[in-house]
Amino acid sequence: MALREILLGPIYIVRALLTTFKHNTRPIVTIEYPERQKAVPPRERGKHILHRYADGLEKCVGCELCAIACPVGCIVVEAAENTPEHRVSPGERYAKRYEINLLRCIYCGMCEEACPYDAITMGPRYDLADDHPDKFIAVKEDMLEPLSASVADTAVPSGAPSAQPVARKW
Amino acid sequence: MTLEVVVVTLIKAAIVIGGLLTGFAYLTLFERKVQARLQQRPGPNRVGPWGLLQPAADGLKLFFKSSSTPSGRDRFLYLLAPLISVCAALSSFAIIPISGPGPLRLFGHSIGWYVMNVNIGVLWYLAVTSVGVFGIFLAGYASNSKYSLLGALRSSAQMISYEMALGLSLVPVFILAGSLRLVDIVNAQHTWWFIIPLFPAFFLYLIAGIAETNRAPFDLPEAETELVAGYHTEYSGMRFALFFMAEYINMIIVSSIATVVFLGGWWGPFGILPGPWWFLLKVIALLYVYVWLRATLPRMRYDRLMALGWKSLFPLSLAMMMITAVVVVAAEGTL
Repeated sequence: MALREILLGPIYIVRALLTTFKHNTRPIVTIEYPERQKAVPPRERGKHILHRYADGLEKCVGCELCAIACPVGCIVVEAAENTPEHRVSPGERYAKRYEINLLRCIYCGMCEEACPYDAITMGPRYDLADDHPDKFIAVKEDMLEPLSASVADTAVPSGAPSAQPVARKW
Repeated sequence: MTLEVVVVTLIKAAIVIGGLLTGFAYLTLFERKVQARLQQRPGPNRVGPWGLLQPAADGLKLFFKSSSTPSGRDRFLYLLAPLISVCAALSSFAIIPISGPGPLRLFGHSIGWYVMNVNIGVLWYLAVTSVGVFGIFLAGYASNSKYSLLGALRSSAQMISYEMALGLSLVPVFILAGSLRLVDIVNAQHTWWFIIPLFPAFFLYLIAGIAETNRAPFDLPEAETELVAGYHTEYSGMRFALFFMAEYINMIIVSSIATVVFLGGWWGPFGILPGPWWFLLKVIALLYVYVWLRATLPRMRYDRLMALGWKSLFPLSLAMMMITAVVVVAAEGTL
């Protein structure tokens, strides 16, 4: 028994060493987070996005159905009339004020389902962190799509490339 | 003349200490990088290019950490213990010849490639590392904590047990080289490195050296995943860093001794590089093996560790010593 261990032990140890050494050649699996992020699933329910039509008009008509559907009451919508001089949405009214308390929100997606015009959807951003509770009140400008945005632009977290193989340094 | 010798020795000692402290700092980075590569991670890469300033950041952090001390400690010994560890580690490098064969000629002086070239050579190393055990034991004793004391007992028991095998595995080298002086030992390896005739002794030395420095897979007195820290549980801040430093410097020294004694020191196979570079390369290769083993092997059980030391390594190194002696005597008899 002891002799067997003495004879075979070094072989096992060398085999173990070779196993770990092989990992030198394998790619690095770490995703270096702030610079790179994992791609989120297509139906990720992150921070909300307020959409526009292709001509730049907002889809939201200020009907407040999302605020009514919201189970935690984190949405505040204040509607105003569209005028020919000041047309924001194609409907009769638009959302003058649209605020979501992101700390109160439970990211259930009920607002998305309640919306008759698909004006609000849940976006892919999940890394919501800040240093003061007041900064989590998302106002309309925080959530509104930029004028030139297409659907593809908002499919990945803004400001971060999706997960790509990390170039090997060292 | 004597003043000149004193000054030159002091300068050399300062260079060696500075080199060892830098070596320690970058050895921590080296270990983390190598281990990260073996685990498919990038390792530290935020501070400076490739994380090269990480040791500076770590050092700064340790400097500014609050250094809490346990109540009821032995005030004097508590402060003395880390100093003993570090001083023992640093001073054992004094005998190691970094290059050769002749002395360095500088401004009309001939300066040896070592701090001192004593005739007791390796015995100095064995003696000074034994003093290092005092640092570890006193740290546990002075901390007024039973876990520290138990950790210190286990650490010193392990170090003393493996010192037997460590010392005995070096004896075949003395028999072959006919000297304890490290410069003579390296010069004797001009044609054949001693690792070739004495491979088992090198193997025994490597295992005993890993156990002697309390490194994985023999790091169980201070196993950070199972215990808190062993003998330095009650140390924090810069005082903890001193123990850390002593451990890493001991790694460098065990590798340097192995390089000088078994791997032919400054001799390179083709003479393409100057001596110090060969020395450095060999030490780094051995340190890589250290880290590689740590990344590979699980920790041993304590009784197994003691059994390995006393029942396997000790008799094997004794046998190696006797076989070498018999072969050398037989070879000389036929001459």
